[in-house]
Amino acid sequence: MLRRIAGYAGQAVVYALFVAILGYLSDSPAYEHFPPDRALIKLSFSHGGARKGGCRKPTAEEIAQTAVNMRRKLICPRERVPLLVELEVDGEVRLRESLAPTGLALDGPSRIYRRIELPAGPHRIVARLRDSERDQGFDFENGIDATLRPGQNFVIGFRADLGGFIFN
Amino acid sequence: MDFIRRPLRHVFLLSEAVLDKVFGPAWNPLYHLGALGFFHYWIVAVTGIYVYVFFETSVSEAYLSVEAITHEQWYLGGVMRSLHRYASDALVLMMAVHILREFAMDRYRGARWFTWFTGVPILWLVTISGVTGYWLVWDMLAQYVAVTTSEWLDSLPIFGELIAGNFLTPDSLDSRFFTLMVFLHIAVPLILLLVLWIHLQRVSRPKINPPRGLAVGTFIAMLALALVKPALSQGPADLASVPTVLGIDWFYLPVYPLLDVMSGQSLWALVLIASLILAVLPWMPPMRRRPAAEVHLDNCNGCARCVEDCPFNALSLVPRTDGAPFSHEAKVDPKLCISCGICAGACPTSMPFRRATPLVAGIELPDLTMATLRDRVDTATAALQGDARVLVFGCDYGAPVRGLAGPGTAVISLPCIAMLPPAYIDYALSKSRADGVVLAGCREGGCNARFGQRWTEARLAGTRDPHLRARVPRRRLLVAPAGPADRRKLAAEVAAFAARLTSLPAEEPPAPPARLAAAVDATKEA
Repeated sequence: MLRRIAGYAGQAVVYALFVAILGYLSDSPAYEHFPPDRALIKLSFSHGGARKGGCRKPTAEEIAQTAVNMRRKLICPRERVPLLVELEVDGEVRLRESLAPTGLALDGPSRIYRRIELPAGPHRIVARLRDSERDQGFDFENGIDATLRPGQNFVIGFRADLGGFIFN
Repeated sequence: MDFIRRPLRHVFLLSEAVLDKVFGPAWNPLYHLGALGFFHYWIVAVTGIYVYVFFETSVSEAYLSVEAITHEQWYLGGVMRSLHRYASDALVLMMAVHILREFAMDRYRGARWFTWFTGVPILWLVTISGVTGYWLVWDMLAQYVAVTTSEWLDSLPIFGELIAGNFLTPDSLDSRFFTLMVFLHIAVPLILLLVLWIHLQRVSRPKINPPRGLAVGTFIAMLALALVKPALSQGPADLASVPTVLGIDWFYLPVYPLLDVMSGQSLWALVLIASLILAVLPWMPPMRRRPAAEVHLDNCNGCARCVEDCPFNALSLVPRTDGAPFSHEAKVDPKLCISCGICAGACPTSMPFRRATPLVAGIELPDLTMATLRDRVDTATAALQGDARVLVFGCDYGAPVRGLAGPGTAVISLPCIAMLPPAYIDYALSKSRADGVVLAGCREGGCNARFGQRWTEARLAGTRDPHLRARVPRRRLLVAPAGPADRRKLAAEVAAFAARLTSLPAEEPPAPPARLAAAVDATKEA
């Protein structure tokens, strides 16, 4: 009888240990994914640069050789130029990156998704983008004075049709 | 690989011994890890169906609906949610221990490679099922899981658009994403069930249900956990903020924190290489296999006993090929055979009394034939001295029996205790070669060939062919299951058995079979 009781007690201990492991590891120990006193800038957009080499009008010979339904006003090269993106925070360049176009023929849009951690508080944030064949300077530049709260997710996107960078 | 396996094996043997005492061999959880995994899968499935009834698949409603389930009907919905969480965690725990134990016991190489290999995709499918489940709750942890998973997937150069772009701002997330997640969270576990079925294809009579007592105990423990520590959400997801400190589920998300210290592509390489190593482990190095069992058609009548007893489906019955007047014959698939010899032990032609013709059984291990085994019994028992002569049959994977040998004790080790046909016990005792026989197979429930102990006990009890003859005095037979760590225990049992034998009266010579006696009487009368 005593042996049976000891057996049941032993089983209770094993079951308790089993559920204790489950209960603990299902949400503990806590993990600090992001420092609570900092904020995060996410720079993310997808944008196609200008065609490399530019477009030209087809010659008369080319027009003659092309079926009527396939004729185009402009012949453009498929390949796009890489984008140059720059992010400046409080006068310091935190990111400067050349973004190659996607696709096997390099004719797709360039994409970026970057995370930049900052101390929470006021910051001057300036984003610049070059999407043309120019050698110097940028085609778009937008800036904002923002006070980032701790744990804030500050998103910077880009829409050329809306004038450039968008700060969320 | 042995330097890792050996200490791990020691830990498992010790744990098994402790749990044997606490639960008894029949309920020892370590002998039912796969079945417990299935048990938790079904708990997850049933509780998941209940929770899904009340779940809303939209960005704005997902969190609120889970909160309602958790708090407004805590007595049922909340418990169901908690059971769903904890059973899925338990499934991972069972899988992890199951993998470690099979590795430690070297039960993943040779013919068992297929079961091990098909277990690797199960790890992935279970993880994906868990990750999609956490995603659906749409709390801070879900946000972390969603964003981190997306960023990790985006690190692969295979997606046209950035998946993480869906989680940039609160406005960028679409409810259709939740519909996709619900679909994945249901479809992946169903695929998992299919892969589990494939996983068990080469296992005969797989245990997919734990013993009722163990199942009840486990369920009550989980229920208690669900009531004491209910699974809770960690605040609503807010894409305008970054989750800072999280209580993450370490069963499902242990690699996620690594993404904070290494690139997504590096982590992909790490987990893929780890999976690859796990998948090819059965060949690192390959097992040196004993020759597979062979069928001798001259002595096989297609009775199917070997087919019934094979633990790994290596035997099948096929139409007769030699013109003998039987419909079928046994056929061995050498790729599936682990050379345990259980088939030879089941063959009714494994009869050591046969002297007129050479002893060749219908099915045998080429490197340990029944004739060789009879010779070993003859040789071993011929040297025995004293009035308590004991013949011990051991198992190569159980307690080592070689150390037990002495003037009064002879030992023979077999690939599996069920390789021993019961007729050999009769042979040793009825011809007075020994005063007692000990069968020391693996520890009950821990048999290397899965069914060694079970079939042996059934044969001795007369509930499974071939039976041990009724004329064999059971008091001169000791069944003493002993694992590799039970050497001392076995030695003590054998010594006690030998002491008992000295006090037994001499056995009457076995009576001739009834038909033979009647024939003799009839001859005398004539």
